[in-house]
Amino acid sequence: MFETLILMLDATMRVSTPLIFAALAGLYSERAGIVDIGLEGKILGSAFAAAAGAAVFGSAWIGLFFGIMASVSLAMVHGFACITHRGDHIVSGVAINTIVAGLTVTLSMNWFGMGGQTPTLSGDSRFLSVTLPFADALANVPVIGLIYSELLSGHNILVYLAFAMVPVTYWVIYKTRFGLRLRAVGENPHAVDTAGISVAFIRYRALIVCGILCGLAGAYLSTAHNAGFLKDMSAGKGYMALAALIFGKWRPVPVLLACLLFGFLDAVAIRMQGVVIPGIGEVPVQAIEVLPYVLTVLLLAGFIGKAIGPKAIGRPYVKERA
Amino acid sequence: MTNKTTPYAIELQDISKRFGAVQANKDICLQVPAGSIHGIIGENGAGKSTLMSIIYGFYEADTGHIEVDGKRVDIRSSQDAINAGIGMVHQHFMLVENFSVLENVILGAEGGALLKGGVDAARIELQRLAKEYSLDIDVDAIVEELPVGLQQRVEILKALYRGARILILDEPTGVLTPQEADHLFRILKALKDQGVTVLLITHKLREIMASTDNVSVMRQGQMVAHRETAKTDKEELAELMVGKKVRLTVDKGEAKPSDVFLSARNLSQFDSQGVKRLKNVSLELRAGEILGIAGVSGNGQSELLNVLSGIEPMGEGEIHIAGQVITANAPKNAAQMRELKMAHVPEDRHKMGLVTGFEAYEAAVLGYHNSDTYNGKVLMDRKVMVDECNERMAAWDVRPPNPHLKTANFSGGNQQKIVIAREVEQNPDILLIGQPTRGVDIGAIENIHEQIVKLRDSGKAVLLVSVELDEIMALSDRIIVMFDGAVVGELDAKDADERTLGLMMANAYSEEKEEVPA
Repeated sequence: MFETLILMLDATMRVSTPLIFAALAGLYSERAGIVDIGLEGKILGSAFAAAAGAAVFGSAWIGLFFGIMASVSLAMVHGFACITHRGDHIVSGVAINTIVAGLTVTLSMNWFGMGGQTPTLSGDSRFLSVTLPFADALANVPVIGLIYSELLSGHNILVYLAFAMVPVTYWVIYKTRFGLRLRAVGENPHAVDTAGISVAFIRYRALIVCGILCGLAGAYLSTAHNAGFLKDMSAGKGYMALAALIFGKWRPVPVLLACLLFGFLDAVAIRMQGVVIPGIGEVPVQAIEVLPYVLTVLLLAGFIGKAIGPKAIGRPYVKERA
Repeated sequence: MTNKTTPYAIELQDISKRFGAVQANKDICLQVPAGSIHGIIGENGAGKSTLMSIIYGFYEADTGHIEVDGKRVDIRSSQDAINAGIGMVHQHFMLVENFSVLENVILGAEGGALLKGGVDAARIELQRLAKEYSLDIDVDAIVEELPVGLQQRVEILKALYRGARILILDEPTGVLTPQEADHLFRILKALKDQGVTVLLITHKLREIMASTDNVSVMRQGQMVAHRETAKTDKEELAELMVGKKVRLTVDKGEAKPSDVFLSARNLSQFDSQGVKRLKNVSLELRAGEILGIAGVSGNGQSELLNVLSGIEPMGEGEIHIAGQVITANAPKNAAQMRELKMAHVPEDRHKMGLVTGFEAYEAAVLGYHNSDTYNGKVLMDRKVMVDECNERMAAWDVRPPNPHLKTANFSGGNQQKIVIAREVEQNPDILLIGQPTRGVDIGAIENIHEQIVKLRDSGKAVLLVSVELDEIMALSDRIIVMFDGAVVGELDAKDADERTLGLMMANAYSEEKEEVPA
């Protein structure tokens, strides 16, 4: 039983990683006042670019670089539409998602001719598991051995990076000048403008950070979790990350917990696949998979606490005629 | 060349600014001696705020230039203005509400990429400023939990923390009780004694007379006069503001109240969070009288208007009107209330009084659009509506008299006239009217006040809600004061003075009476 739990938590960590990256990406963007429904598109775009780059150059790191570049470019398109031209954030985000969904398949057919996939990656062109020091030595120690060797050790570098990004984000958001301005710009951009700071510049920078984190999420999917790009491989992770962001009330640590909860539910769903429970029959996996969204709706409806987002979110900043 | 012994703290030369077809500022010149309080007065839309926005770098002037301490400065952004030692307290506070006082103060002046050092330095500096200017405040308090008077103090501290030597305050007393306003003026005096130059923008003559050294008057984008405050008076300034003689009081005869037209008993109302916003309010409104509801904005006046007019359902209590009893279980909506000959001029004309995208003739029938007058068999009768709108525009002096102009393009006063005309011309028995002259210039205020009195004299009942004490005192026959959702006092208009009302509005009247037995 304990071993099963450890295995499920182990799976949770792996499944949660792209959610954590993407939800933190959304956190930077939304705390700065930019709604980011385009997380999904950025993840998918990055997954494709990373897999393509890794396949061509034979290095996961070069793939990661391409993934981040693709995602940041998409974030800049979003910024250009929403910040510079004061467009609707949702429309721009949905447009990005739609374009990327089509473009990735088209480009991969053209470049690799594999029916919308990229070549299977192996060796250095993937992020491989890292074995933490003493993991093998401790493997046989009861309880601790299992936790350390199975749960904590044996993930690839991006998993550790994702978890490390949480305290980093907390520090950036609450302890730095950039964080203070970022939070202010999402709450009351007028206050930022009259303090002599450019609203647009802060928002663009927030979107660059958002793009980098989405790039990591996408690269993780195609070059670490899987061994290549598959059509629509982001499979709604961007939306789930957005749900986790709201569930975590736009704060780094609660967002991490929400991602882990959603990841855990995902792991449960996978584990329960085909399992027959006496009296009920086969477990409907979809019922578990839908839970993150149901929980988010319940939260937004006010049944579990209250989710109050940044005040100026989704509103383009226009200097008022005083 | 003028022979200047000390340069002016700030000097404007030939500042002009145009927004499309509107000349907001034209050839403005202004000289403000260092260490003085300089008032700038003018009607709404006279260009005061635009001018201040230019000084603060929010807009760039088309022509002209600015000198600070005798040196020409180029102000292209708020940052330039801050660097030149100019600070501004905006009419609508530029604060991040869920930030602490400290965070708000250091925003934009953090003193490094990490917050730690800046926060510690700011804490010490704020203590010094607080002592020097008696601006005490809990620096760790969250701004949205502070009363408005203290929020304004945060704005002042923000400017001082950035080393402002010239402080601009734009309509600073709009949100304050008279007592809070008095406190603000004491602070401004203290600032002045420390050598800070204060520019005070207002449309309230009383404040200019009470606190400034010099005053400049703006009218229609131009600076029309500069006066030493000691050598002028309210009447002269008012005349300069509007360009013609105005009365500051309303001519009205004795009220002759008769039958009770509307009576409310123990009205209560709850908001969506279940918080009681209106607390057991009872009142009687008689034919032939104007009942004024005074209070600082947000103390239940809006809820009272909404419940009486049927916009929001009441929580508890009953309303007796035209022989009918309305309760929470037998409610009537706004349209049904209108059928009982109750008209309503809402407080916020943009949100509730008008559809700003509608043409004037369309806006002029809103709420009465189902009336047979305006409808043919199938379609609405456009000609009738336009003709009627033309007549009303002539009768109410709406400018421009164009029924096809979108209501958004009329000035505030003319929009308000469209709304009031719509309600009054239906010949109601009861008129509920909220903030009738908010954002309306003096010329139109006079006109609107006359119409309200005329309605009363024709035997109608008027319930007036206003945050302007002058207006309440000038118009009302009887005054009710609201505080925190409840009625805290009622008095005859003859017995009302600003001090008594101010104390009642702050709910400090009874306390003060106990301290000083009369």
